[in-house]
Parts: sequence; structure tokens; C-alpha cells
Amino acid sequence: MIKIMTWLAMLDDFFVRALVAGIGVAVVAGPLGCLIVWRRLAYFGDTLSHSALLGVALALLLQVNITAAVFVVSALVALSLLLLQQRASLSSDSLLGLLAHSSLALGLVALAFLPTVRVDLMGFLFGDILAVSLIDIVVIYIGGAAVLLVLVFVWRSLFAATVNYEVAEAEGMKPARANMVFMFLMATVIAISMKVVGVLLITALLIIPAATARRVASGPEAMALTAIMLGIIAVVAGLFGSLEWDTPSGPSIVVAALILFLLALLPVAVIIRRRKPSEGI
Amino acid sequence: MFDPTTSLLTLKNVGLNRGGRWLVRGVDLSVHRGESVTLIGPNGAGKSTTAKIALGLLAPDEGQAAQAPGLKVGYVPQELSIDWTLPLTVRRFMSLTNRLSDADLRDALNMVGIGELCDVEVRYLSGGEFQRALLARAIARNPDVLVLDEPVQGVDFSGEIALYELIGEIRRTLGCGILMISHDLHVVMADTDCVVCMNGHVCCQGPPRIVAENPEYLALFGARAAGALAVYEHAHDHTHLPDGTVRPAEGTLTESCRTDNGHHGHDQNNDLAGHAR
Repeated sequence: MIKIMTWLAMLDDFFVRALVAGIGVAVVAGPLGCLIVWRRLAYFGDTLSHSALLGVALALLLQVNITAAVFVVSALVALSLLLLQQRASLSSDSLLGLLAHSSLALGLVALAFLPTVRVDLMGFLFGDILAVSLIDIVVIYIGGAAVLLVLVFVWRSLFAATVNYEVAEAEGMKPARANMVFMFLMATVIAISMKVVGVLLITALLIIPAATARRVASGPEAMALTAIMLGIIAVVAGLFGSLEWDTPSGPSIVVAALILFLLALLPVAVIIRRRKPSEGI
Repeated sequence: MFDPTTSLLTLKNVGLNRGGRWLVRGVDLSVHRGESVTLIGPNGAGKSTTAKIALGLLAPDEGQAAQAPGLKVGYVPQELSIDWTLPLTVRRFMSLTNRLSDADLRDALNMVGIGELCDVEVRYLSGGEFQRALLARAIARNPDVLVLDEPVQGVDFSGEIALYELIGEIRRTLGCGILMISHDLHVVMADTDCVVCMNGHVCCQGPPRIVAENPEYLALFGARAAGALAVYEHAHDHTHLPDGTVRPAEGTLTESCRTDNGHHGHDQNNDLAGHAR
């Protein structure tokens, strides 16, 4: 604790930046994570984040912006999944496995072609939030704000399509368009959160706060907001924990989220929920 | 909003082929404002498929399906399961596809008799309660046309009658068109304007009155059955003439339920075997 106090007193710039970046990511990850949980798309999130490494490799090869390259590659993987689902005679989970691991392998192979560039692979796999720059923060907040704005706009049709595609379609909610938008939002979130938690742990940051929120929220919108709050708590707790015990920051955030999930399993959470059965629309 | 003479939902000689098998074929159908059309027939007759084509959920492989432009649909699907990961109260479910004032929401729920379940999570509803919620949601949208795929499945007997009466009442007060599917030959609405009997194609279609006023029908089911619940029995009451017209047992000739549209399903199919029973 004393160590944390001294850190607080100093409030090193890089640590403030890490907090600001992490909170920005948590805010966007909350509602999208809920949609992933509701739609049973956890493995889809995993596939997109695995393909992010291919984006990193291509960005280094072509010397373009890493976040932009990750977004493009994730979006392409999402689109190719849609195409493969329509044509191939494989089940979705096999297709996802194929896309996830082949893009990961392609990324690792591509990185090997960069002998002159020393790549910090661990940084990409597990995140390097303490090295977040001001530009990274700007990217996270502009990208995150765009995601949230679009999400608010398509929320009703996206949620209706989540409950029942045919009812949404019959009643003019254009669920196909909403699903396409959702794919791009996912690609954006993966691109902007990669630096914070790393390729391997993005899905955890999406899913665990949402799963925890499910225990205490009684409406979809309430669950999304709760997931945001829990994500912020996990980021803050995880970062301070990583300072205190000198642990890697990305995994520490995920561990903090896991602890929150376990706390929500306690009977206390159920009692809170019973006490307020009604939620506004 | 819509001219009563124009059709809200129209199917013209529609067919849907899956894996070389025609699920439905040669279906002609139209639903007008204030009109109630009921599809009946056995399992696999293509009733739900026909409704989905009419809704634009399935694209027909032959023929044309059209909706009036700007049509507002209320849809009760045959099957709708809510994933348990979804925290969804009846209140939120009601406003799934459009915003709803609290008063409209309460009205719709009270109409179907589950006003007290407003804040209950949908997954804790019984089958019959959920069915009522589905119907309330479709009604609360104030639709131009209601498409109801077995709307009272799992509802208790007295509730069933009440819900059918409610559907008829909604049609009169809202003036919307109704396309309804009833799986069950025993319960077909007294209120319906047109009954379409399907079995992969349209076997026959016509106003239930022709059947309900039929002396043989009355002898079979009793005069009371013609009141709240009319039973439409199609099997032995009419004869198919070679030219495609239908001669009911009472002896009159009819081509279809409406004189201004459609013809008898057999015009397209020339399938007399479908009536062998």
C-alpha cells in the first residue's frame, strides 16, 4: 500500500496515460461485450483479436499505422467469415478456428520476415499499456467515441436482431445492416484496445465484465452500463495491482475483472438484484 | 393510411424450392385492410413458409411477393426463444422494435391479460404467458397488418377463446389486416373473412360462412359451434370441377373467397390428388 501511495504522489505521466487509455477502452468494451455474450460470439471475438497480429505484421512490413492495419485486417477477417458461412459446408466454429489460427500463424510468419525490425511480440500479445502515448489516447478516444455514437444509433435494431432476427426483419429493423455495422464496431474495438490488453486478452476484457454484469442487471441497457462500470473498475484495480506487485499490466486487468466476476457469484449480488426487480427501458 | 382496395400483402403464384423440393407452390394470397385471412393445414403444409414469404423473410423462387410500401408489420413468429443470457423484462421486450409510451404498453399487456407481468423477466414466463406477451408486443406497434403464426399455442382453453376474440376486436378497432396461421382444424375463427387451406399448395380457399351455414356442418357440430368458434371442415364439403371451380355441398359455385382477386389454387396445379381424403 505504501508503494501505491508513493506512486500516487508521483503520478507519473505514463501511469496517468495508462489509466486514461484503459478507462477509454473499458467504456467501449462494455456494451460490445454484452452483445458478444448475448449472441454467443465469444469465439468470434477471439478470432478477430488473433487476426490482429497479422495486422501488426503487415503494418510493420508496409510501414503503415498499426491501429489502422489491425482494423482493416480484423474487418476483412469478419467479412471473409460471412462469405465462408454462406458458401462452405463447415460449421461456424470450425470456420472461426480456421480463420483465427491461420491468421495468427500468418502473422507470426510475416513477423519473421522482418529481421531488421526488433518486434516486441510480448507487447502485442499481452499489451503494453504503460507505453501508451498521447497519440494512442487520442486514437482510443476518437475511435471509441465513434464506436459508441454508431452503437447508440443502431442499438435498437442490433438488440432486436439479437433477440430474434426474423421479427426484426419483418418489422423493418434492417438486422442485416445492423449485423454488418456490428462487425465493423468489433474490428474497431480490437484495433484500439490491442495496445491496452494485448491480442490474447481482448476477448477477456469484452466478455468478463459483461458476464459479471449479467449477474446484477435486469435489462439490456442496464447490463451494458454495468459492464462499463465493471470494466473501469477492473482497469483501475488491475493497473494499481500491476504497480504494487510488478505484474504485467494487461493480464493484471483481466485478473481484476475475474475477481469482480467471482465476487458477483457470491449470494450478496443476488440479494441486491432481488431488491430492485424493475429497470427502466 | 392505405387505400382499402389495395392489398397490404400480396402473393402471386408463389413457390419456394429447397433442395429440389417445393415447400410451397402456386400460392395466391392477398390481405387487405380490415380483412382477416387464416391459413390452415397439416404439419409441413407450408403455412409458416407462406407467411414468411409474405413478410419478405424468404425470397420466393417463383412468382411474386409484394408488400404495400411503408407497411407497418406486427409479427408473432411460430417460435421465439429468448436466450437466458439476455436480461429482458416484458417491458423492454414490448419495445423491441419501436418506442412505446407507458400507457400504450400497459394497455396492450392488459388487453392480453398479463398487465401484472410487466416487470417480470421474459424467461420466467410460462409458455402461455409468453405467447400473450408476443401478441401484446405485435399489437402495441399499432400495425397495418398483423401476421400471427399460431398465436395461441400453449394458451389455456378459456384464454384461447379470449385471445381469438381479442384478435377479432383489434381488427375492428385498429382496422388492420390479419394473416393468421392456425395449425389446428378444431379451432378456426368465426371472425375470419377467408380461410386458406394449404397442403404444399392451396387446396381451397373461401369464406368460412359458406361452410358454417352448411346444413351438414351444422348437423355435425351443432348450431352453437357457429358462434364464437367456427369449425372449418374442408374435406368432404365441396367438389372440384374439371375447370378448376369449386362446388360446395350446398350447390353454389365459387371461385375464391374474393371475387376481385386470385383464383382457385388448382388453376395452377391441376392437382386433384391433394383432395383425395
